[in-house]
Amino acid sequence: MNAPLSDREKALMGMGESRLRKEDARFIQGKGNYVDDIKMPGMLHMDIVRAPVAHARILRINKEAALKIPGVIAVLTAEDLKPLKLHWMPTLAGDVQAVLADEKVHFQMQEVAVVIAEDRYAAADGVEAVEVEYEELPVVIDPFDALLPDAPVLREDLVGKTVGAHGARKHHNHIFNWQAGDKEATDAAFASAAVTVKQDMLYPRVHPCPLETCGCVASFDPVRGELTTWVTSQAPHVVRTVVSMLSGIPESKVRIISPDIGGGFGNKVPIYPGYVCAIVASIVLGRPVKWVEDRIENLSSTGFARDYHMTGELAATADGKILALRTHVTADHGAFDACADPSKFPAGMFHICSGSYDIAAAHCSVDGVYTNKAPGGVAYRCSFRVTEAVYLIERMVDVLAQKLGLDKAEIRSKNFIKREQFPYKSAFGFEYDSGDYQTALDKVLEAVDYKALRAEQAALRADPDCPTLMGIGLVSFTEVVGAGPSKICDILGVGMFDSCEIRVHPTGSAIARMGTISQGQAHQTTYAQIIATELGISSEVIQVEEGDTHTAPYGLGTYGSRSTPVAGAAIAMAARKIHAKAKTIAAHLMEVSEADLEWEIDRFKVKGNDAKFKTMTDIAWAAYHQPPAGLEPGLEATYYYDPPNFTFPFGIYLCVVDIDKATGETKIRRFYALDDCGTRINPMVIEGQIHGGLTEGFAVAMGQLLSFDKQGNIQGNSLMDYFLPTAVETPMWETDFTVTPSPHHPIGAKGVAESPHVGSIPTFTSAMVDAFAHLGVTHFNMPHTSYRVWQQLKSSGIVS
Amino acid sequence: MSKKMVAMTLNGKSVEEAVEPRTLLIHFLREKMCLTGAHIGCETSHCGACTVDIDGQSVKSCTHLAVQCEGSDVKTVEGLANAGALHAIQDAFYKEHGLQCGFCTPGMLMRAYRFLQDNPNPTAEEVRHGMSGNLCRCTGYQNIIKAVLHAAKTIQQQSAVAA
Repeated sequence: MNAPLSDREKALMGMGESRLRKEDARFIQGKGNYVDDIKMPGMLHMDIVRAPVAHARILRINKEAALKIPGVIAVLTAEDLKPLKLHWMPTLAGDVQAVLADEKVHFQMQEVAVVIAEDRYAAADGVEAVEVEYEELPVVIDPFDALLPDAPVLREDLVGKTVGAHGARKHHNHIFNWQAGDKEATDAAFASAAVTVKQDMLYPRVHPCPLETCGCVASFDPVRGELTTWVTSQAPHVVRTVVSMLSGIPESKVRIISPDIGGGFGNKVPIYPGYVCAIVASIVLGRPVKWVEDRIENLSSTGFARDYHMTGELAATADGKILALRTHVTADHGAFDACADPSKFPAGMFHICSGSYDIAAAHCSVDGVYTNKAPGGVAYRCSFRVTEAVYLIERMVDVLAQKLGLDKAEIRSKNFIKREQFPYKSAFGFEYDSGDYQTALDKVLEAVDYKALRAEQAALRADPDCPTLMGIGLVSFTEVVGAGPSKICDILGVGMFDSCEIRVHPTGSAIARMGTISQGQAHQTTYAQIIATELGISSEVIQVEEGDTHTAPYGLGTYGSRSTPVAGAAIAMAARKIHAKAKTIAAHLMEVSEADLEWEIDRFKVKGNDAKFKTMTDIAWAAYHQPPAGLEPGLEATYYYDPPNFTFPFGIYLCVVDIDKATGETKIRRFYALDDCGTRINPMVIEGQIHGGLTEGFAVAMGQLLSFDKQGNIQGNSLMDYFLPTAVETPMWETDFTVTPSPHHPIGAKGVAESPHVGSIPTFTSAMVDAFAHLGVTHFNMPHTSYRVWQQLKSSGIVS
Repeated sequence: MSKKMVAMTLNGKSVEEAVEPRTLLIHFLREKMCLTGAHIGCETSHCGACTVDIDGQSVKSCTHLAVQCEGSDVKTVEGLANAGALHAIQDAFYKEHGLQCGFCTPGMLMRAYRFLQDNPNPTAEEVRHGMSGNLCRCTGYQNIIKAVLHAAKTIQQQSAVAA
């Protein structure tokens, strides 16, 4: 009966184990259930008529030819949605967005009309046959041009509105100005500093591009008055609230289901016009309606990321101690402000831009601007603008190091927030919960033999016949994730808590239901591991369910690395409620006082007596069979966790590149990633998340770009042009870790999946620029494609 | 639109269906045959999520017409396991954590299935090239490559035992 403790612990497959994934069985056998796999009796298909031009007045729309096509059931335009007041919808950022273009189109590929047909082929035929007449208007693509006094008015619906959701608008194409930090103290520090540096940089417009595009199946039951919608959403509960508000259907009769999701990376947080149109079509026609966009539609019209034109400045002492940071951003939000940020933060958590460094004074200012591009500004595998912030500070520290002739590692050590300074209050007001940056840096420098790398680089630079330029990139990033404390973080007024409900069944197995939704993060596997450790029930008999708003408790969803920091905490707290009740039952069963009991892996035992114990299975049976008098039967608990603070994962990344001096072709020789995500729940899953994030970071740094010509035509919106790395280009990743648990999180976990994306992008740029550093180059913008690197080789005089 | 009969062997069974000549194989498989394992990721034959095996070749079924399969032997991910026993490639993807969201996985598995028949004992570099027609946004490929190498070993051991 008394197996060794280590065997009993192992049998739980709890926290810290590289447990194989519970999700895989269905995916490897083709039995996943994604939105496009859903098929219902009588289901219709919807396709979208999109604008061929970026800015134009709609003169007329002729549906007649489309309606004559066999199989076409209906064509809907803004005129048809107007009586329902659904031709415009609110965005998550406090703006409004046209569901279908209302008199005017604002960006190329904007939704103009929808065709509903018996099958997807007929719907596509219908789209071809809808005739739309446009009167073209002058197009504004550049956000600086948008702010010129005589720039065309893009949003005629906002004319005369001098105050937006985030304060005063200073121009007809201006959305907001948002500031953080202390401007006066920062300006004073700059005025008296021995050294200052300044650098402009563009974080270009990119797209998360998950392999599954966005879509939904809307099914309105006219008899019951109930709406069920399967949707590719990272936040199904928020979708339910918004759909209820828009449609007037009580929230209790709206059921939103996020089934299996083929990757999200921030792209599946917003609510898109296609969802609204499919829902309206289902209500109007009384039949289920499926809409699944194609890849070109996905890249052209759904949530892009970044498009931040940043200026960074640092003030420092002559020996490299940073005194102040000043930054300004011109943020291109496209035609509608549809950023997905906590309501009070129109630039997200950009004010984490003081990074891992102890900087006394800091100030940032962000101006949001309208242009004739698709709306968005989603957090592409990062917590709200943290990627932009980390890029800015890491570039600036490199620029300062170069100016002072300091090594990248040395300047970072000199400015790190020290281990003993935590909890640390940053100049922007964040309270960093924990960190140990120097230990992590030392570990990386030793692992890669940094001194030898620098010596090799010096030798190669001295050799005129060397065919390559060698660059070394180094980054020490700190993220802010796990949004967030509801006193400052909300989405549409709903606090950013998250939730868990656990039911332990009479025979000792359990089910947990969550407010989050996995898009590949292995929640079914890892959440069960937390419960296993907390409750002493094997993770093999713990089911995890999420994504169905009819069964799951309300939660804000999965993005911004919030699942583990927020929902992961809710699991632990719900489990602890059950644990406390179990203890009462155990004491009753063994006829001792609770004070005489101690917990040991999977059981309560009488202190000092290994033979007298009750396992959680015994207790579960008793909870339904013979609970102590006065105690409520059953063994379940729900917990809504409102985090007291964010968590602050960090890492040290190092990259070595070799650039062909003749062609600009770049080889990633080595990439070493050390991450500290606090307590590690499943090392295998963590490593997988890091590989994936590094690869996405590689894609962004080395090739991804959504560009536009002067007429607003989107360039490169298919996978022919938009860079998704294959197995051939993708480097080999080396991973490492330290563990600095979060002091305020119930299990000390901080979140991990976004760190590798956030941290790797500036590391690649750091390495690329470093290859040219001896020639006086301090910065060039991403993406570092061979052509652009070749242009740099030319301007540096290396090729003629 | 008038329909045309198409007959093929699908996962070992004969099927015969009337289809519009323009019907893409991926839609035929997913919507007519209810085999939703193969997915649509791009519709331009770049991502490989729709990869199936036709007459001994990996084919991206999003740019292949159903009528082109007349008389062909077609295998999809649903035909990979044998009498409930996972194929070595499926097992290797599970053991090596070669998948996350799972959307690319059926295409990856079918490509690996063909690749390992063409090259039963590949190097890691050969796997990278052999799998380069299939995109994954989650894994960074490192564990996919490990999985394919793992499967290669298992298949060799299985055939050694069988011989």
